[in-house]
Amino acid sequence: MTTLAGLDEVIGRRFPFPRRHFLSVTDLNVVEVSSLLDLADGFVALNRQTSKKLDLLKGRTLMNLFFENSTRTQSSFELAGKRLGADVVNMSPRSSSISKGETLIDTAVTLNAMQPDILVIRHASSGAASLLSQKVGCSVINAGDGQHEHPTQALLDALSMRRAFGRIAGLKVAICGDVLHSRVARSNVAMLQMLGAEVRLVGPPTLMPAEAERWGVAVHHDFRKGVAGCDVVMALRLQLERMDGVMAPSQREYFRFYGLDREKLAHAAPHARVMHPGPMNRGVEIDSDVADDPAVSLIQDQVEMGVAARMAVLASLAARLDNH
Amino acid sequence: MRPQAFVNVRIVDPASGWDGPGAVLVREGRIAETARGVSLGALSDDVEVVDGAGALLIPGLVDLRVKTGEPGAETKETLKSAALAAAAGGVTSIVLQPDTNPVVDEPSVADFILRRARDIHLVHVYPAGAATKGCKGERLAEIGLMAEAGCVYVTDADRPIVDSKVMRRVLSYAAGFGMQVAHRPADPWLIAGAAASEGEFAARLGLPSAPAAAEKIMLERDLALVELTGAHLIVDQVTTALALESLQRGVSRGLPVTATTSINHLSFNEIDIGDYRTFCKLDPPLRHEDDRQALIEALATGLVKVVVSAHAPAPAEDKRLPYDEAAPGAVGLQTLLPALLAFHHDGRIPLIDLIRTVTCAPADLLGLTAGRLARGALADLVLCDLDAPLVIDADKLISKSKNSPFDGRTLQGRVLRTVVEGRTVYEAIAAA
Repeated sequence: MTTLAGLDEVIGRRFPFPRRHFLSVTDLNVVEVSSLLDLADGFVALNRQTSKKLDLLKGRTLMNLFFENSTRTQSSFELAGKRLGADVVNMSPRSSSISKGETLIDTAVTLNAMQPDILVIRHASSGAASLLSQKVGCSVINAGDGQHEHPTQALLDALSMRRAFGRIAGLKVAICGDVLHSRVARSNVAMLQMLGAEVRLVGPPTLMPAEAERWGVAVHHDFRKGVAGCDVVMALRLQLERMDGVMAPSQREYFRFYGLDREKLAHAAPHARVMHPGPMNRGVEIDSDVADDPAVSLIQDQVEMGVAARMAVLASLAARLDNH
Repeated sequence: MRPQAFVNVRIVDPASGWDGPGAVLVREGRIAETARGVSLGALSDDVEVVDGAGALLIPGLVDLRVKTGEPGAETKETLKSAALAAAAGGVTSIVLQPDTNPVVDEPSVADFILRRARDIHLVHVYPAGAATKGCKGERLAEIGLMAEAGCVYVTDADRPIVDSKVMRRVLSYAAGFGMQVAHRPADPWLIAGAAASEGEFAARLGLPSAPAAAEKIMLERDLALVELTGAHLIVDQVTTALALESLQRGVSRGLPVTATTSINHLSFNEIDIGDYRTFCKLDPPLRHEDDRQALIEALATGLVKVVVSAHAPAPAEDKRLPYDEAAPGAVGLQTLLPALLAFHHDGRIPLIDLIRTVTCAPADLLGLTAGRLARGALADLVLCDLDAPLVIDADKLISKSKNSPFDGRTLQGRVLRTVVEGRTVYEAIAAA
């Protein structure tokens, strides 16, 4: 099995990731994040080779437990686990019996009895991953809990930015759209601030969390002012049911004032790059014209970085399991 | 257009605080010069001189709450008949309520109204947009697009926004576009079915009535939401002493609220309903005399800053009905100024302060440059005989609907000439 020199070096450090779970960006410190990014960089190179398989997680079982549908994140974790040699099981409680009347904790106890090593959970309730982590003996990775956090997304976003700009410190990043309901935004704000970026939140007041200024970010309601001079403009997904008058009047009004298009992007820095956690509502929060332009869009990179970032998280947690 | 000099007039310009003799020179639709206490000096030959003979010259009135029937109910009032009535009343800027058919809840309806107004070319017309779709209080209307189209504030007109969550979103969303929200303070459950103000008089008449607390309850909620969102609120017609207390508390705490009241509630009380006169059926209903006195006092102290006509045309077929079935509302564009002047003639409120409530106060509230006699400002002027008696004959009003509670009343103060951007849009017949 061939591995890249860089990756060997990184893995060879046997970085003692000090945590059992990966639940929240706010749990992490800058050293841990930097090491994860370094490790992920190596996995990016690995993933571009013909032979992509390592045995770091050989014999381990990874369980994907997705209470909310997600093709992208679930397959990303599945690939990450398989490329590191783990056995991967996908549980989607909707299609199995375990959720019928069962509480989350009942489910956790049931699954725990099957002796998985790593549980990846996505759930519609904030705090679900944390609750699960208290009831199981294995490692838990938060793949999105309600409107709270999505830490692996923040890690892959940071990786994409670091590879595009060579650094994160000093970057100006505008996170735009439905910040109120976005776990991606919360994780990104925490991680980008930790890494020294200047973060701004841009969106209509109805989609901005209360006292968001106290997160240490600048809050803008005028899109053009908000993205002015930014290196990265990250558009967030706006669920369609939240338009049509609930949080915003209509799709056309939302796109007019908050949809990322070429004209609005022109207010950002000349070299600005566009990001989106996916899946996109084209013509709502982002115009295809910019989303599909490889010169400005990092959106495809984000998907690629997702697998590598998740491999880094899995490898780090597994190393701790080994050391235990 | 020839330049015009209005000379030998008493200028009352609240924006600059001037009340005294003077003259105004109008050139190309704008005020080129104002002279205060002195004459304009030598005028070139092409200037048309209008000798006011001591009449009052004030800025054109700005009326924040006007309904027409266009689009949708043109038998009540068209944009043209409303504009003619406004011109005759010295009102040079009108803000139209959005509860037409279709409702002004998206930019194309606002655009239609603005284009029609441009064609009619009489007074300045500004649409207000709906705060929620269909004024139903459920879903946000396209506030941003309407702001771009030229709407000056958003409101659901007569309908209170019941759902506090919706009201909160309306306030904060509109604030993001610099749009103010006007909201009718009325508890929807308490006012349901009511035709009069609760109290002895309504009880004797046997009319379904709502307590003054209905106004206070909704105002208190709105003030709490203003505090929460930091957004600016226009309190659309305060009419009760009870609500004025709440307003006073909010204002003294520095909340960004501005209250209006209607000329009807300043001029009439519930007793005017008399023998079930449906022309006095208004929404909100006429109040007790104590409320009216408190309102006049609030206007004098500046707690209530803006007076509106609350022009609401209702044709005879909607008014000639049993009281509780009759449509509410009164026309008011033509009677706003003379009715307001009553408080000057009664010695209740200084003239300049009265004029402020219908000129620069509403203009400043919406950021319009109207309502002032400043050099460079649009030449929107009203020449008015302050003392001339005026008997209101509803049948002779210009509005298509004649539902005026002032019918038969004698007022004092007569509009002689109304000028919009230098064009004379109304001139009284000389020998009146």
